[in-house]
Amino acid sequence: MAEKQHKIVMMKPHDKVAVALEPLSAGTTVNVRNAETTLTVQLKDSIEFGHKFAVVPIAEGEDILKYGEVIGMATRAIEVGEHVHIHNLEGKRGRGDKIGANG
Amino acid sequence: MAQTDKRTFWGYRRPNGTVGIRNHVLILPTIVCATQAARQITELVHGTVSFIHQHGCAQVGVDFEQTMRTYIGMGANPNVYGVVVLGLGCETHQAKMIAHEIAKTGKPVEVVAIQDYGGTLMATAQGAKIAVKMVQEASMQRRELCDFSELIVGTECGGSDACSGLSANPAVGVVSDRIADLGGTSILAETTELIGAEHLLAERAVDDKVAKRVYEVIHAMENRAIQMGVDIRTGNPSPGNIRGGLSSLEEKSLGAAAKAGTRPLQELIDYAQKPTRKGLVWMDTPGHDIEQLTGMVAGGSQLALFTTGRGTPTGSPIAPTIKIATNSTVFESMNDNIDLNAGTIIDGTETIEQVGERIFDEIIEVCNGKLTKAEILKQHDFGIWRIGPTF
Repeated sequence: MAEKQHKIVMMKPHDKVAVALEPLSAGTTVNVRNAETTLTVQLKDSIEFGHKFAVVPIAEGEDILKYGEVIGMATRAIEVGEHVHIHNLEGKRGRGDKIGANG
Repeated sequence: MAQTDKRTFWGYRRPNGTVGIRNHVLILPTIVCATQAARQITELVHGTVSFIHQHGCAQVGVDFEQTMRTYIGMGANPNVYGVVVLGLGCETHQAKMIAHEIAKTGKPVEVVAIQDYGGTLMATAQGAKIAVKMVQEASMQRRELCDFSELIVGTECGGSDACSGLSANPAVGVVSDRIADLGGTSILAETTELIGAEHLLAERAVDDKVAKRVYEVIHAMENRAIQMGVDIRTGNPSPGNIRGGLSSLEEKSLGAAAKAGTRPLQELIDYAQKPTRKGLVWMDTPGHDIEQLTGMVAGGSQLALFTTGRGTPTGSPIAPTIKIATNSTVFESMNDNIDLNAGTIIDGTETIEQVGERIFDEIIEVCNGKLTKAEILKQHDFGIWRIGPTF
């Protein structure tokens, strides 16, 4: 296979994101392998080393899974290949701003 | 020297049977007002260590007790040969009370109070004279062959990045399992950075009481943010964590929990408390690097494993910290501070198990006297987790 294999890790089969272990440019098509299958994803954004991108479409308000566990929820709809980070993912724990004294 | 089947190391046996891997004389300031004099004694007398802090007076209740426990634990740590307890005289955390508790270990303990000696200069001179004698006595002690079951190893991640949960933390998890299997103790801490991963640890608790306690300490920590009406993300993950690719506290926690390996969770102890059981133990501490390291060392850890993705210089005055990089870039860029590289896992040149083996070998070397980068750079950090107001 002539196609270049990029360094990407997807921790668990039902995760909705994968981590880039090398910087990836927008427009790159990458193969994301996990225990069950290989997903082909075209990146919509450039992804820095250590950052995440969506491997499946994620709806607004949906839980985002990594390590097979919830790492937060989508604050808006996220398309496959989009950068997933603090601009579209919010942690759900310790949110005193939402349910605390001033919330 | 006969060494070793990887079950033993050369340590210093203390009168109460515990084993140190260092032989420090500690100048222990019980109050902020005595910290400068303590530092001056360490400058005068080779072989002594101390720490700067802001505590020791006008604290009440559980906060008073926690600071007390931390001071006593630092003096009682097996890496300390003897202690000069340096007080002012009028403070709530009385030097004599602290010295009395440390002396129960059987190690040499002396008290100097600045007000009793008419000021800083005479108290410094008196403390230094005592320290000279103690250091010389300490230098006569020989190392003896000790078993790994004597070790309490603190584990910590600081300056995390997205690689922490993929490389260095799982490798520390391998080591944590190995230590537990050898009859030693591995401390998991950073309650803040286990929020979102608590269910995975509760499942591994040895009994329902420990599992219940897991949820209690997690909720108490989370509720601090909720009661203050703040978003915990304003403090954690930190800006550096976020640049490193971590998006939420839950994501950071799932990576941090990898340090705990796979063995059963034996007990959950309070900050600066000594473990009562061997194997994997969770100490309730904040995520703050210095405060959690201090808690683990005051709880008797002779050594700490510290993984870092962004790079950190932190260390303890009395317990060596082995710094482990999560990625090769930070290992190279901050090599003055970092001892080992787990970034090889990300690079694809080593497995998690192979890095775990290297960390384990390094533990044996450091136990036998090899200095860590943090020790060489005199990174003598100390910070107490305050849980109450000052009056």
